[in-house]
Formats: sequence, structure tokens, C-alpha cells
Amino acid sequence: MPELKINGTEKSAEIKAEYKKFIGRKIMFIFATTILVIIIAGIAATLGPHQISITEVYSIVWYGIPKILQNLDFILTHSFKDFSLTYFTKEESIIWFLRLPPIVMAILAGIGLGIAGTTMQGVVRNPLASPYTLGISSAAGFGAALAIILGAGLATGQNIIIAVNAFFFALCSSFIIYGISRYKGVSPETMILAGIALMYLFSAMTGVLQYFGEEKAVAEVVYWMFGSLARASWDKLFVMFIVLIICIPLIMLKSWDLNALSAGDERAKSLGVNVDRTRVVCFMLASLVTAGVICFTGTIGFIGLVAPHMCRMIIGGDNRYLIPASGLFGAIVLLSASILARPPIAPSFIPVGLVTAFLGVPMFLYLILRRRKEFW
Amino acid sequence: MVKLEVKNVKFRYTSVPILRDVCIELAESEMLGVVGPNGSGKSTLLRCIDRILTPQEGCILLDGQDIKEMHLMDLAKKMAYIPQSTTQVFPASVFDTVLMGRRPHIGWRSSEEDIEKVLETLKLLNLEDLAMSDIKSLSGGQQQKIFIACALAQEPKILLLDEPTSSLDIRHQLEVLDIIKNSVVEKGISAIIAIHDLNLAARYTDRIIMMNGGHIYAAGVPSSVLTPENINHAYGVEVDVINHNGKLYVLPIRPVAKM
Repeated sequence: MPELKINGTEKSAEIKAEYKKFIGRKIMFIFATTILVIIIAGIAATLGPHQISITEVYSIVWYGIPKILQNLDFILTHSFKDFSLTYFTKEESIIWFLRLPPIVMAILAGIGLGIAGTTMQGVVRNPLASPYTLGISSAAGFGAALAIILGAGLATGQNIIIAVNAFFFALCSSFIIYGISRYKGVSPETMILAGIALMYLFSAMTGVLQYFGEEKAVAEVVYWMFGSLARASWDKLFVMFIVLIICIPLIMLKSWDLNALSAGDERAKSLGVNVDRTRVVCFMLASLVTAGVICFTGTIGFIGLVAPHMCRMIIGGDNRYLIPASGLFGAIVLLSASILARPPIAPSFIPVGLVTAFLGVPMFLYLILRRRKEFW
Repeated sequence: MVKLEVKNVKFRYTSVPILRDVCIELAESEMLGVVGPNGSGKSTLLRCIDRILTPQEGCILLDGQDIKEMHLMDLAKKMAYIPQSTTQVFPASVFDTVLMGRRPHIGWRSSEEDIEKVLETLKLLNLEDLAMSDIKSLSGGQQQKIFIACALAQEPKILLLDEPTSSLDIRHQLEVLDIIKNSVVEKGISAIIAIHDLNLAARYTDRIIMMNGGHIYAAGVPSSVLTPENINHAYGVEVDVINHNGKLYVLPIRPVAKM
């Protein structure tokens, strides 16, 4: 039937146009979230006892960057504090030295946790997974508790010791899971069950430390586990940035393979994907990102679970777009939470880890109620 | 064209062998049916052929080359396997699902050519109206067609299908097998189909191998394999085999002790 043929080609062109539009929408979403991150970061930087307007904030950041780059040798030989005292005005010092570190930490941590969550969900083929599903948070918590309560650890220097310990134990748990799945086969079931077992083990060990620990130290451990941006500083951010900038592109290179895993292991294998290797590599990269974030922030919950979901509801499950989108979305949630975490009267911050859930749950419920289709 | 040879393949998960000494040669542009009772090794055979499982003994040769030595991506360009049940965990549009079939041919970005290939496949399978739907919102029959579309977009030389019609209604069963048959005829590819329905096997395949307990019990054209004696022996069912309008039909009568 010749008529049908003509309709057929038209139909193809129509689908193609629609598909391009669909891709366009995803790119728009990523673009819009990026802009939103910049705006919310700007708003966050205006908050504080000293009045600085949002335009001033942006210009201080804009002109501050060349200033810093020109005097990089001074910063490296002295310290960032000396540098801001010597070269910056009062406003510039406030922005660069006091307000930006927690903001940048919120952005980096949000990106890291969002992306680690998306990756972990893809790896174990389970939308209920998060960066913490495989026990990494309790391992990091144990590392931190060990450093805080016993004052002992694998590094010296009071503040760094906690981060290094948390990082080390977080990766320990990942390597144990890696070892178990190498021995038993890299299936999602093995990984999840091993992860749950490790979570209980590390929680119990933390419990033992807390039971015998001094009251003050125990309180500090609890505070650490809430997750907070208050400990941010540029040197920590630099380390966090390096971890993310290495791991995230590598994860994104695996987007197609993660997509293929979503159709099941056998189908993925038939598409030429090395399923075991993809699973192990992505899991280790996601663990590295998570460890690199939470060793400085403590365990900030909710973002890694929910950012991927929300983005999936909005732009669909294609990991090529979902990974960057959920990272940026994570940054938005964490930044917003950090704004809400500074009550106008109280002198200090509420740990941001407590606020993320209060902020995220209503957003999440709204999306669940609004949507009629299946979620996964 | 690609020539597939399965030579003396033995496979076991534990100590109990699933495949004992299986040999097959697949002809060009052939539709080969694999029948046999549950647990006779049909699925395992298909998985071994696509290197999802590695047999302990024997080898599988593709154009004379052992598939164990082939790169996974190269193998994926030649063979596509569709499992019995595919469960998509995360939402994905039909278009993206079919585009996934281009995975062995592309790098990180999909090219214009890949998009054309997807459009072509969707048209061939009459799935154009569903192109932008979420695959999870579709019926089992529609989903199965889309997984077949995905496998066809992979442009394999050999299609391996495990029970492609097992959960479909009678219309979808015929549609799906027609699609496969047409692809085999038009694109000159070959297909190996593990199938329970003996009537569909008789109707669509060029040759049938009947498996029983990990062995090939009988092989040949449908009329020579689907005899009352063979079926009685392999399945333990008494049947009548009749000829209606030039097609062969198996009518079950009752289960009996295996001969």
C-alpha cells in the first residue's frame, strides 16, 4: 500500500522531531538546575550578620577569582587566612573566607551524593538504594567515632584525623563488599546483603565505643553523624573537589552500561556489556565519591536516595542525563537545606543533615502524589 | 553470513550436568526451534551460545572462531539474546529502549545513523505509535515486541530467543513469530528459538531439535521430530499428530509413563 508508506516516512520524521525535543528538554533541565544552583548559592551568601547584597556577592566572587589566581604562591606559602587579611577588603574576606566554604561544600556534597545515589541505584538495579545502602555511612561513622572517642587513628592533627579515619573506614567497608562479591559472584543480592551485614557490624562497633566513651566525646560523635557543613574550609574542599573531578567523569563514561544493566544482566551481557566489571567499577567509584564527601560532612541523609528519584520522575531514566541532573538537583536540595538550617535568632547552625529530610520529604511526597504512573 | 557450530558442549551448575555433549550446526537464514520439557537444557543452551554462561567442555564456533576468544562487543554485533522475561527496573521510553540495541555499535554519543536505525526498526515492527511511551506502561505483548525491536536494532546475524511467546495472547504470539520469521527471511539472519508450544514450533521453524535431559534427543525437519513416539519419550505425553491444511498439529491426549 503506497499510502501507508508515505504516512510511514512522515511518522518517522514526527517521532524523530519528538525524540529531539525530548532530549532538548533534558538538556534544558540540566541547564536550568545549573542556573538555580548559582542563584541559590548567591542568596545563601547574602545571609549573615553583615549585610551584603546579592549583586555584591556575585561581583566579589567574580573579581576575587583572578585576585586569588594571581597570588596563588602567596596563598601556598602563607595561608588563605593571611591572604584574605592582606589582599581582601572586609566584605571580600567575609564572603571568601566565611560564607563561601560551606556554600561550596553544600554544592560539592550535593553533587557527589546525588551522583553516588544514582550510580548505586543503577548498580544494584534497585530504586530504593542510596549511597548508604551498602553500609558505607556506618563504616565512616565508626571511623569518625574511633578518632573522636579514642583520639586515635591513622593520621595526626585533631580535625583531619576524623576525616581521614572516616574516609579510610568507609572505603574499608566497600573493599569488604568487593571482596565478598568477587568470591560469591557480583550480584545485586550479594552486595545488598553484605552491605546490610556490614552496616550492623559497624553500628555495633560504634555503639561499643559510645558506651565506653566520655559524654562530651559521645555528643560530638552524634553531632558528626548528623552531617554538617560547618566544618568547611578551602583545603578540605580542594580534596573533595579532586575526588569528584576524577570519579564523576569516569562514572559518566559508564552511563550506557548502567542503562543496559537496567534491562537485566543477561540482556546487558548480550549487548556486549561486561556486567561484572561495570558493576564493580561503578560501585567502587560511587563509594569513593561518597567517602570523599561524608568524611568531611558527616552522613547527610536523604539526598542520595531522593535526588535520583525526583530527576527520574522529571527527565526519565537515561543515565547519560540522569547522572548530571541528579548531581545538580542534590546540590539544590543541600543548598536550600543549608539556608533553612540557619534560624534567624539562634547563634549557630542546625546540622544541615537534619534539615535535608524536612525539606526533601514534602518535595518528594508532592511528586509522588502528583504522578499517576508507576515510579520504577 | 555467519556460521554457528556448537561442538560437544557440556555444562553444569553444580555436579548435575545440564547439557551433556550437545552439538548443533546452524544453517544460513534458518529458523531453528529448540523444544523439550522443562529443565531439559533449552535456556542453558541459548545462554551458552551467547557466552552468558561458559560451558565446562566443548566449544562454540562463530565462523570458525571460538566465541571465548572474541571481544564481548564483537560478539554482541553478531548475536543478540532475548531472555524469557525481561524486567525493566527504571522508566525508559520505547525509543531509548530500542536505541539501547545500538550499544555495541556506538560510543558515548548516539549518531544520526543510530537514530535512523531505530526509526527503521520501529516502523518495521509497527511500533511507531508507541515510540515515546514509557515501556513500563505497556502490556506484556507490546513489551516483548519492543525487546525484539531492541535486538533487531542490534543488527545481529543470529537471534537467540528464549520462549518469546510464553506469556503472550494468541494474536501477539503469531505477530511476534511473524516478525521474527520476516526478519530471518528479509535480512538473511538466523534465529534459534526455545519454545514450548509445539504447534507454533511446527508452523514457524525450518528445523527442530528436541532436547531431553541435556541431550539432543531428535533433530530434523518438524515432521520428522514431532512424532507421537518422540513426544511420548521426551515429555511422557500421549499425542495425536495431525495434518490440517498442510500444517502439522500436535494434539495432546493424556500424560503417560515415559517410554
